[in-house]
Amino acid sequence: MSQPKYLRFDTLSLHAGQQPDPQFGARATPIYQTTSYVFKDADQAASLFNMERAGHVYSRISNPTNAVLEERIAALEGGVGAIAAASGQAAMHLAIATLMGAGSHIVASHSLYGGSHNLLAYTLPRFGVETTFVSSRDLDAWRGAIRPNTRLLFGETLGNPGLDVLDVPGVAQIAHAAKLPLLVDATFTTPYLMRPFDLGADLLFHSATKFLSGHGIVIGGLLVDSGRFDWDASGKFPTLTEPYAGFHGMDFTEESTVAAFLLRARREGLRDFGACMSPTTAFYILQGIETLPLRMARHVENTRKVVEFLSQQAAVEAIGYPELPSHPDHVLARKLLPRGCGAVFSFSLKGGRPAGRRFIESLRVFSHLANVGDAKSLVIHPATTTHFRMDDAALAAAGIGPGTVRLSIGLEDPDDLVEDLDRALRASQKA
Amino acid sequence: MELNVSGKKAYAYTAGRALESNRPTVVFVHGAANDHSAFLLQSRYFAYHGYNALALDLPGHGRSEGPSLGTVGEMGDWIAAVLDAASIERAALVGHSMGSLAALECAARHPARARALALIGTAWPMSVGDALLEAAREDRHAAFDMVNVWGHSGAAQVGGNTVPGMWMTGAYLRLLERSKPQVFHTDLKACKDYSDGPASAAKVSCPALFILGSRDVMTPPRNAKTLQSAIAGARTIMLDGAGHSLMAERPDAVLEALIAFLE
Repeated sequence: MSQPKYLRFDTLSLHAGQQPDPQFGARATPIYQTTSYVFKDADQAASLFNMERAGHVYSRISNPTNAVLEERIAALEGGVGAIAAASGQAAMHLAIATLMGAGSHIVASHSLYGGSHNLLAYTLPRFGVETTFVSSRDLDAWRGAIRPNTRLLFGETLGNPGLDVLDVPGVAQIAHAAKLPLLVDATFTTPYLMRPFDLGADLLFHSATKFLSGHGIVIGGLLVDSGRFDWDASGKFPTLTEPYAGFHGMDFTEESTVAAFLLRARREGLRDFGACMSPTTAFYILQGIETLPLRMARHVENTRKVVEFLSQQAAVEAIGYPELPSHPDHVLARKLLPRGCGAVFSFSLKGGRPAGRRFIESLRVFSHLANVGDAKSLVIHPATTTHFRMDDAALAAAGIGPGTVRLSIGLEDPDDLVEDLDRALRASQKA
Repeated sequence: MELNVSGKKAYAYTAGRALESNRPTVVFVHGAANDHSAFLLQSRYFAYHGYNALALDLPGHGRSEGPSLGTVGEMGDWIAAVLDAASIERAALVGHSMGSLAALECAARHPARARALALIGTAWPMSVGDALLEAAREDRHAAFDMVNVWGHSGAAQVGGNTVPGMWMTGAYLRLLERSKPQVFHTDLKACKDYSDGPASAAKVSCPALFILGSRDVMTPPRNAKTLQSAIAGARTIMLDGAGHSLMAERPDAVLEALIAFLE
């Protein structure tokens, strides 16, 4: 018998999760734009509801198009399965709500997307879940912030906006020593640049709106389970290890040895919170993932050219890209991100807020908007937009200067991007 | 539920339901380095359709206390001991792969305890290649990779899981990785060393069913012929295109076959 071989990443990007449509042979994944599914008979209906048979009942809980997407991202990440959610925020909330309730505590990196920070810092405390924020680079701080009621450690693989590289193996080790799981937001890296489960993370989510899609036309989130965390051995997760009155006294770890988390997240989280993905959205994200390896390689290649150009410009004070030796996580990035550090980064412009405004308004190819990970190049000036309420001191605490500009490098001809930036940099420095 | 079997803790999944003495019982026996969850859907169905369902964790597997058993014969005796511990007189025995041999041995050694016998993804001899056995002996991950790839049809390795959102080979790999050191090797060696297949099959007096996958390369259907011909009146259901992981690859087809057989 020949040596066993798994299908490789590029092949899985195109095929994982889908068999050609059995009725018509459609090669593309059909959009099952339906709320519900006709039962064969009363017994099949009852057994589907009671999880005695697998299948679809109602599209808030599962849908055949979404299921292809869920399998595909699980395959690419090396997980056991996934759940498609309405947005990255919905995926993050689903993870947290599945694991804990009031009285619980999270330790999270300081370097987070603003939406994630809002959820943890302002909204979840109202529901009794508190978060301690720590420097993503300070392993002692991660360890020291863990309390008896801590239930989760959370960070971004590449932190927003300074591109802090999360020491996934180091933080995972701290989490596991405390019998806790590590959840990471892998949006900026995608499985093409990093597979966090291979490094020790237990759960991850994506804003699939970004690089996974690439086209910038849908909002979606994906929550993936590595299947590695031993909830029973931890003893800290009664939602997974004790009978659940909301589903016939089901004990989820007894029910599923490796997918208890996903089972509860789907059977409770999607059922009760209802932040499901539209099947049409799932279809669009699948179209994006088909070309993920090609796009990510080009994103990184273009970004390197842009970074090289900016590093030679007098109007640029500093560039926060981990491939540069000046970045504090350069060594870690070389180890954890050998294929590249993504296509989103920030740089500081001389001249503060006025220069930032002039720079943005002079760009022609870059689009000024609040998103990242599009096939088209994007730009935003945090001090005048996403973080406009902050004074300079507060901005500094968040790692943002008055002249900080965030770029998301797209797939255009890199010479056009460089020429666009060159023109805007000159304009920014005119008084 | 937890049972005390010969002084050791044994676990059986019952879908959270208490056993009832007036119900017929179905016992499910998993394969090498697996646990009760291999039969999750099928056992849950029977538990909610008038049966006592016991999906076992063999000793040293899942939640059952070790050590794992070194021979198929010991596994067959252990299943009978589980029935004793659960105060069950007779049961239908459903086994997959190594579990099918264990169920066969139970039916042969303890004929009064077996109401019916279903052998899924089975073969005799159940040959195990030297490369796989050696990798398992050394607790190398390659052993899991081998059975993960060989244990699923080509189609199943692409996906399209009946269970929404689950990546079949990813989940199976994690299940294998949860097995304790040396358990996989002990199981594989027990399969390889099992020599009593034809003699034990000839002793089976209860109705028997074979459920086989036409694309199974771990236990190819042609390797089930010795057992099929040795059990008088045995029936066979061939699942076209399915590999070795039949309960995962074709959960409904396996369930329908078992329903028709047991009811």
